[in-house]
Amino acid sequence: MSHAEPTSTQARFQAGQRVRIHDRHPGVHHRVPRYVKGHEGVVERVCGLHGQPERFVRGDGLPATRLYRVCIPQSQLWPDYQGQACDTLEVEVFEHWLEPA
Amino acid sequence: MSQTNDPHDVGGLEAGPVERGEHDTAWWEWQVDAMVRLALGKGLISDFAELRDGIEHLTPADYEDLSYYERWAKSLAYTLVDKGVVTRDALEQKMREIAERQAQSS
Amino acid sequence: MSHDHDHNHDHDHDRTFQPDHPEPTSEAARVGLALRELLLEAGHYTRAEEAAMISRMQGASPDNGARLVARAWTDPAFKARLLDNGSDAITELGFDLRPAEFTVMENDDQEHNVIVCTLCSCYPRALLGMSPSWYKSRSYRSRLVREPRTVLAEFGVELSDDVHVRVHDSTAELRYMVLPQQPAGTEDWSEDRLRALVTRDSLIGTQRTLTATDTDADGAPFP
Repeated sequence: MSHAEPTSTQARFQAGQRVRIHDRHPGVHHRVPRYVKGHEGVVERVCGLHGQPERFVRGDGLPATRLYRVCIPQSQLWPDYQGQACDTLEVEVFEHWLEPA
Repeated sequence: MSQTNDPHDVGGLEAGPVERGEHDTAWWEWQVDAMVRLALGKGLISDFAELRDGIEHLTPADYEDLSYYERWAKSLAYTLVDKGVVTRDALEQKMREIAERQAQSS
Repeated sequence: MSHDHDHNHDHDHDRTFQPDHPEPTSEAARVGLALRELLLEAGHYTRAEEAAMISRMQGASPDNGARLVARAWTDPAFKARLLDNGSDAITELGFDLRPAEFTVMENDDQEHNVIVCTLCSCYPRALLGMSPSWYKSRSYRSRLVREPRTVLAEFGVELSDDVHVRVHDSTAELRYMVLPQQPAGTEDWSEDRLRALVTRDSLIGTQRTLTATDTDADGAPFP
């Protein structure tokens, strides 16, 4: 229940910026699904500061960390995607799982 | 922390048609739901992350076979035993008592 | 799972609940019942607190989400606030999901939004009530992110090729609701009458078109 009040912590990424999601498998609880790991996308919006899922397990979640929504074209996630080129998948990713692309 | 099995990480996997049936929530499911929320409210668990971590430590067979609230029940038990809030012995003793009660009333 | 932590305990603590289901006999369910009894015996929480919590959870229904939709349809300024910052906007109607960030995605002619949680089953319970079984199913969670148009077609949603399908995987601290399109011909309807048109599935995104049936304004919106 930590819950990290938003502070003035500067967001490392901005809306519209291209980012890559880390392809890591830490072996502890985390909230990045396998199917987006290693993929590139665009920051759809900058969200608030929240405790890290990895650090809430037998912990307090701190430090509060910036969350983003990342938008990925479906055709990039799935080479055999049957839908339209405009279709997108949007997912929430914490800052420590992102790098500039 | 032992390695998780990741049985929960199912996005993009092959699966059959979505079964559209709806079912009412059973009374014991409401009790388990309330127990998890109260455990969170009372600080017995730090966040829903601990409940999810417990679910991710289920065996893949358990994850597939158990219902939604059965997973919650086993996860919270795993977590609260691990954190020392309850002991495994007390839990097993209580389960035997409940089984006996149920046998008598049926 | 909504992180609704408001501790509104102004309920009738004496209310008794009549179990309408027999006690479960599965081993996993017995683990839950045994743990519950141990926590009650140790005083970690009381039966009154449990009753109040269950009562509050049972009081949540998709009608809450429908109220937000009907308000957004009739009040453009509220709609703008709801889309810009859902967490703050819903406090105007007495709802609060914080610290989760409530996020509303608007459908229009060019765009269709649909919600899933592949890692568990995150869902804005306080606004939509208990999630349907299929939302928690392995099949919906696995397939919606990979073949959304096929899954939506199974739900009866037919989309033309030029509609942008946005699938939102609720992976962390955001909780989503879809703002469906207002049916044509209802522009002068009252908020209450509009509210009755909104279905749970339209708030998840597995239904696209709402029908302007002329129901009794006082009729139950979710029969």
